[in-house]
Amino acid sequence: MADTQKISREQLLHVAHLARLELREDEIERLEGQLNDILQAVSKVSELDLSDVPPTSHPLEVVNVWADDEPRPCLPVEEALANAPEREGDFFKVPPGGAA
Amino acid sequence: MIDTLRLSAEEARRLLEAREVSGAELYAAYRTAIDARDPELHCYLHVCEDPGGDGLPIALKDVIGTKGIPTTAGSKILEGYVPVYDSTVVERLKVQGLRILGKTNTDEFAMGSSTENSAYGPSHNPWDPSRVPGGSGGGSAAAVSAGLAPWALGSDTGGSIKQPAALCGNVGLRPTYGTVSRYGIVAFASSLDQVGPVARTVRDCALLYSLIAGRDECDTTTVELPQPVELPQAQDLKGLRIGVPRELNEAEGIEPGVAAAVQAAVAKLEGLGAEVGECSLPLSVEYGMACYYLITPAEASSNLARYDGVRYGYRADADERLEMYERTRDEGFGDEPKRRIMVGTYALSAGYYDAYYAQAQKVRTVIKREHDALFETFDALVSPTSPTVAFPLGARTADPIAMYLSDLLTIPSCMAGLPGLNVPCGLSEGLPVGLQLVGPQFAENMLFRIGHALEQAIGFDPVPERLR
Repeated sequence: MADTQKISREQLLHVAHLARLELREDEIERLEGQLNDILQAVSKVSELDLSDVPPTSHPLEVVNVWADDEPRPCLPVEEALANAPEREGDFFKVPPGGAA
Repeated sequence: MIDTLRLSAEEARRLLEAREVSGAELYAAYRTAIDARDPELHCYLHVCEDPGGDGLPIALKDVIGTKGIPTTAGSKILEGYVPVYDSTVVERLKVQGLRILGKTNTDEFAMGSSTENSAYGPSHNPWDPSRVPGGSGGGSAAAVSAGLAPWALGSDTGGSIKQPAALCGNVGLRPTYGTVSRYGIVAFASSLDQVGPVARTVRDCALLYSLIAGRDECDTTTVELPQPVELPQAQDLKGLRIGVPRELNEAEGIEPGVAAAVQAAVAKLEGLGAEVGECSLPLSVEYGMACYYLITPAEASSNLARYDGVRYGYRADADERLEMYERTRDEGFGDEPKRRIMVGTYALSAGYYDAYYAQAQKVRTVIKREHDALFETFDALVSPTSPTVAFPLGARTADPIAMYLSDLLTIPSCMAGLPGLNVPCGLSEGLPVGLQLVGPQFAENMLFRIGHALEQAIGFDPVPERLR
């Protein structure tokens, strides 16, 4: 059995930051228990010794598909900006600053 | 008078071609049914106005991008989002003259097995509105069963077409991975997501599949079908070998009434001339759930990174950018996407990647090999689709793992990229039981053949008893 150690509150907040989620206090409390249950359940995969087994990332045997790097028309600016929460001229507008 | 509860898509198409009804009359008949029954069932998140034309109406799960028609994926973070282009499947339907009735309810980002994770409230099962229609594509399945659409498209990652079809008593196909374009579809877990048809008969299901399948330049994971789709004809099943995997048929949690209905259907398969034999998928079922609930959250955490409040969708008020991202995502996503984003981000993070994600990908190889080995002996595999009939609303919402177990029997074949067809096979406690047929990759025609023969032999009435 591999690592089924409990995820700490500190780790949980670190993961939430990596995922850019500002969790509320009640969510943190609820998620702590749920994540530990889920991680405990999925850790089952480590029961198997699969050192000689290759990974599968895609279910079909497919070859890479290359396209020529040629410019072609894409979405007009107005359509690209049609769903923008906020815009300025031809740009998406966001609040300033913050090391994101 | 058009009886939308009884009319098959095939018959509707014949009526249109013979000019016995007009496209407008047909569309209006479904709109009338929606007005009458959808307030109770909540299958639709958005209902369209008749776009005109002479083709059949169709409903689309709300993860399918539609130009000019809101597409929310059941999430608050996409509230008000109106795509500026059509997904490839919608383009193909429009070329055939099909007309969109509306967008159907789904668990948020297709994450769930009951539609209870929809930010817009759950759908209800037409057989018993106090019960769930299954999920994530419960809106599409319930709409077809209740006569609110002749057929519909769903999407399936680990059972989201087959399981709701089972719980609502209709036919649903999860196609072979790569046969239907994902271009323009809201992504959940890209190595598993597949769009597929939901219909009232196997022939309708095959017909709809033929309209959407095939290679798409815009989705490089798609392939051309090795042979064209064939509408199944009445024929016996002589020469076919059908395997009954022990672990999928005897799993803990399968209700006795479900097991009995499936066993009776298996006896019918033998009566139709098929050779039936027991077989085993020991590791696929035991490790499938764990594998699925690592790989899909990992892919989801990456796919859902795009929802940042910058280009489309919901944005929370904030004075500073990082705060805006984090608050937008906290307020915009519901509990289930957040749980999966957290699990996925954790499983992909430094120090845990090898033990979780990389190991799960190896388990996926094991699952694929186990299925490949069975298809050297058998043409198709049979089992229940869902361990239970439709469960009451609220029964599994407090316990994420209990909800995850709803897909125990559909997940293994999805991990292997295999096609699966749900065919209704009877009732238990007055609710539909679904039978799952799984074949090798690209064996859709054979699944249609078996499903059609079984459907004819069983004579299941797909109209919910309370609506007859």
